[in-house]
Amino acid sequence: MTAIITRVKKKQLSDLMAQDKRADGRGLKDYREMKIEQGIIERAEGSARVLLGKTEVVVGTKIEMGEPFSDTPNEGVLTVNAELTPIASPEFEAGPPDEMSIELARIVDRGIRESKAINVEKLVIEPGKKVFVVFVDIYVLNHDGNLIDASALAAVSALLNTKMANYEIKDGEVHLKPGYEQLPIRKHPITVTVAKIEDKLVVDPQLEEELVMDARITFAIDDDENICAIQKGGSGYFEPNEIFEAAKIAKAKAKEMRKKLNW
Amino acid sequence: MNDKPEKLIDKKGLRLDGRKADELRPVKLEVGVIANADGSAYIEHGKNKILAAVYGPREVHPKHLALQDRTVMKCRYHMAPFSVQERKSPAPSRREVELSKVIRESLEPAVFMEYYPRTMVDVFIEVLQADGGTRCASITAAALALADSGIPMRDLVVACAAGKVDDTVVLDLMDTEDKLGGADVPVALMPNLNAVTLLQMDGILTHEEFEKAVNMALDGCRQIYAMQKEALKQKYVNVSEETKEEAEE
Amino acid sequence: MPIFLEKRQLVTPGDLIAEGEYLAGENTFVEDGKIYAARVGIVEYETKRVDVVALKAFYIPRAGDIVIGTITEVGFNGWTVNINSPYIALLRASDVLSRPFKPQKDDLPQVLDAGDLVVAKVVSYDRTHDPQLTVAEPGLGKITRGQIIKITPTKIPRVIGKKGSMISTIKQETGCNIILGLNGVVLITGKTLEDEQLAMRALLKIEQESHTSGLTDRITQMLKEEKTRKEENKNE
Repeated sequence: MTAIITRVKKKQLSDLMAQDKRADGRGLKDYREMKIEQGIIERAEGSARVLLGKTEVVVGTKIEMGEPFSDTPNEGVLTVNAELTPIASPEFEAGPPDEMSIELARIVDRGIRESKAINVEKLVIEPGKKVFVVFVDIYVLNHDGNLIDASALAAVSALLNTKMANYEIKDGEVHLKPGYEQLPIRKHPITVTVAKIEDKLVVDPQLEEELVMDARITFAIDDDENICAIQKGGSGYFEPNEIFEAAKIAKAKAKEMRKKLNW
Repeated sequence: MNDKPEKLIDKKGLRLDGRKADELRPVKLEVGVIANADGSAYIEHGKNKILAAVYGPREVHPKHLALQDRTVMKCRYHMAPFSVQERKSPAPSRREVELSKVIRESLEPAVFMEYYPRTMVDVFIEVLQADGGTRCASITAAALALADSGIPMRDLVVACAAGKVDDTVVLDLMDTEDKLGGADVPVALMPNLNAVTLLQMDGILTHEEFEKAVNMALDGCRQIYAMQKEALKQKYVNVSEETKEEAEE
Repeated sequence: MPIFLEKRQLVTPGDLIAEGEYLAGENTFVEDGKIYAARVGIVEYETKRVDVVALKAFYIPRAGDIVIGTITEVGFNGWTVNINSPYIALLRASDVLSRPFKPQKDDLPQVLDAGDLVVAKVVSYDRTHDPQLTVAEPGLGKITRGQIIKITPTKIPRVIGKKGSMISTIKQETGCNIILGLNGVVLITGKTLEDEQLAMRALLKIEQESHTSGLTDRITQMLKEEKTRKEENKNE
């Protein structure tokens, strides 16, 4: 099922946009109200819940032991998955991950992986044989636009909240010890999504804005203001100067958010 | 197997395959290579060998996916098991699913989707051999296949990547450079409208490096665009020349 | 008012072909007062208008068009017909029977079955409905013999030629009856298989070389050469 937006609503949004206004009264570069809670799922090694406007995402992390990839024998493994659960929207159906959830997971993964947020060298138990595998599972609970930023925020928050069991190796076997260690995090990537509507660039598109937008572009920015991931999405296009403009906006918003979150 | 080269660019500024920083790999294009398809094209870009075929516009299956006011475009990017060093399982990977989506989104803006409601256009891309930059080469071939199928378009779409190796921004990464380099930025462009329809990046770049990489990729796109137009015309120019010879006999 | 290319030049989608007060004709589109090509084809400039004669396009039905189609399915009260178009056409039972359809009495597959060929006329088509066909006119109906070939619909005018000159030449030289469906499907009925095949070759040659000059002469020459060869074979 695809969401349909009425012509009347479309026109409303168009007219407002022409005056640099948005339906919910925000400025073009404003995020909706953001709320982050950590440690809400005790069974998970780490967890976080993010409310971005009405968009709600929960991320849980689990740590297991496993084999490293053959081309990175001295690094732990990160794997990110996303579920667009049917409860989150009349558009979502139960079933195997579709292109939207796969893209979402891979964008969040890229931001974390390329920024080297997790110190994966410290996740090695036995070089080449045994490492810690970090599972990041993104659960979208309500879709009201901008799942990417909400999910990325929740993912990093959950990682910051993640505890790993202490262990020791005795006679070639891994034994758990009491106590925990924080997952070694050294960078805090922040993703900013900018949508293009009627030749204007708006930050944090709400669902109806997503239905009328030409396209969106997401930037993941690390603590040193480097860009570590970019993804353009949607069936429209950007002109090169709009891309560079969006990059500047993303840089500024990421800086703002970093300060607010204290990352 | 894995002798990682120490440097990706040598003292003379030449890369592993002898290219300069702003040099494209050789590109070969051919249009109309699959007789059964409504449109098709083949590309060799460096060592990449990719086939694209278009079927449609045609009836939508399953019917409930039809849109009342436009065509539905479906795109499948798929890599043959023998296309890469380590055999790849034929089942669609998450990467192929993501690429199918972004490739489709790079082609849709070029097609007049509103002209043919309740129809479907299928774009199939098969990577026979991969060597870095397959999504870009795929887009270049797929756009030709769409034009070859006779579906009306605003412009062709052409794609090229730039990136960073050894702290230098370079054009058109091959596989080793992509794997060992610092960043990869694929870009797709509709040159006449100056419209970027695909942009992705992974790695680490400063803002300045990013702008440089995008501009370099756009330049590479424009170079390949000229080749695309030639390839489309070539199909008909050949016939023209043959008939001229016939007349002279 | 600037035009940017020479007459009869090959263009590709996105090529700028004119600016200013020209009428944007076939296979073009306008953006910001500029006219661009939308399909691969030959650009034609008239006094007030630019067109692109597309080298390849598919058939979109228009009311009044004569088309040749294949029955694909026998439905509840009619048939679905493949008319070589993105849109599937419908032929109502009542139209074929020339009277209201009686589900108890009428056995539709007896009248027309899947795989049958028909010459029909498009009654109606719009963006929200599939094309409707009729065979209730003289010259329309089921086809019982002949050869069918498909050529890209944009070439049909070239096959007809100026004032029908090309098509008359082919009919004359091959002795075949030729029905040209505007959907690119052509029915050729001749006295012998050889005659029919000759006509097919002529049509395919036109499709391939439609963008070149001197085509009419080459086709006439080809047909005459074949005729001479046939005479020679007979005399041996």
